[in-house]
Amino acid sequence: MRALSLPISEEAIRSLNVGDPVALSGVMITGRDAAHKWMSDTFIKKTRQPQGDDLEVYEAIKPLLVGGAIYHCGPVVSGLDTKDYRFVAAGPTTSTREEPYQGDVMRHFNIRAVIGKGGMGAKTLAACKEVPGVYLHAIGGAASLIAQTVQKVTGVYKLSFGVPEAMWVIEVRDFPAVVTMDAHSNSLHADIEAKSKAELERLLAV
Amino acid sequence: MQDLTEPLVELIRRTSTDLPPDVEKALTAAREREDSGSAARGAMDAILQNVALSRRNSTPICQDTGTPIFYVRYPEGWSARKLKEQIRNAVAEATKRSYLRPNAVDAISEKNSGNNLGDDSFPTIHFEEVEGDEVVVDLMLKGGGCENVGAQYSLPNSALGAGRDLKGVRKAALDAVQKAQGQGCAPGILGIAIGGDRGSSYYASKEALFRPIEDENPDPELAALEKQLTEETNQLGIGPMGFGGKTTTVATKITGMHRLPASFFVTVSYMCWAHRRRRMTVRGAEVIYE
Repeated sequence: MRALSLPISEEAIRSLNVGDPVALSGVMITGRDAAHKWMSDTFIKKTRQPQGDDLEVYEAIKPLLVGGAIYHCGPVVSGLDTKDYRFVAAGPTTSTREEPYQGDVMRHFNIRAVIGKGGMGAKTLAACKEVPGVYLHAIGGAASLIAQTVQKVTGVYKLSFGVPEAMWVIEVRDFPAVVTMDAHSNSLHADIEAKSKAELERLLAV
Repeated sequence: MQDLTEPLVELIRRTSTDLPPDVEKALTAAREREDSGSAARGAMDAILQNVALSRRNSTPICQDTGTPIFYVRYPEGWSARKLKEQIRNAVAEATKRSYLRPNAVDAISEKNSGNNLGDDSFPTIHFEEVEGDEVVVDLMLKGGGCENVGAQYSLPNSALGAGRDLKGVRKAALDAVQKAQGQGCAPGILGIAIGGDRGSSYYASKEALFRPIEDENPDPELAALEKQLTEETNQLGIGPMGFGGKTTTVATKITGMHRLPASFFVTVSYMCWAHRRRRMTVRGAEVIYE
């Protein structure tokens, strides 16, 4: 198990390879479908004018994302009434839905670690090489276990997106994941996809 | 008529936080099959630790508590209208107690209702009046990751070389599992419906998932196909979480329906390893959970 602290240095990122188990500590931010679309439309493609608290949130999340990690997660959170927030269950969500946005979001904010499940495609892999960055696979469904690594919820942005879609700022200790896409153009997901496809062709021919 | 709101909250709590023993047993066996030191074995270890932790702390096994799907069988004299109201109240209360994540998002306005109550299909409730004097409520929580990799095929399908027979069904199911990769949170359980129309076929494929993991299909032909599909999907090598490994599918459950002469649908509902389903039986003043 390789211990990594956030933000992650470029050197540390380049030393990671597909298959490496890691334990992350530090501050990260959650962001999934609504957040990625919002970041892309408002600040990258600029197809939409900033409105409401958009600019304020943008300035607040920027320093958290530089060299940092974004976690594809829609948690169960307690303390919504009192704002004494606590993560009750917080496993990863399927990352491939962010494939259209992720590479550009990584480049824009200089994000070095994307955490989720199920892996991502060629566009994100290219960004991993460029930025550089890695994709870290957390265990899907292991929500109570992962929530225990969340020491503190230090803030939340865009709660108007709803609890699962909001951007939660969390402090984690020894958050477990496995490198499945690295900065050297290797992807475990591309490998498994290709091998299983070949096996499928064989089975279909039987 | 009794007020079942509180017993229903308890049903939701158990379903979300306490994985059924047959599922846990199958996952434990899957763990043993993976090579020690492999990523697949590591994933199964984390999964099983999480199952124990969720049970101990009464916290959701998975943060995606899905669409709550209820099947209610009630005797004459009970009001489906009142039961529906009690179920909806129980769902809102369970959300407040953090057993469920607020999951109902208006597809047009994008607004999350905050209490898991949406339109008439959210939560989904199926009612059936039955003989006898017991009320039986089955609940399944199916998250979005595995729901998104479900697939429906209209046979014949020339790309797959799948005709309108059980051989064609096999090919469609293999294709669905290969396309799902690890995204449905493998190792999964396959619910497959053959026939019906597009809508009824999807419902039936989910209903098949209520069957116990180890039961055998009474139809020997379907029993053989279930066994074959579990074995062959495991040969795909996708493995836990799509990390590569020996177990991609834990079990396959197939159900046959009637169809129109023109239609031959094969519907595959993929259930993630966190196969959350529980039953509550109300017998007089007694409430039994299993």
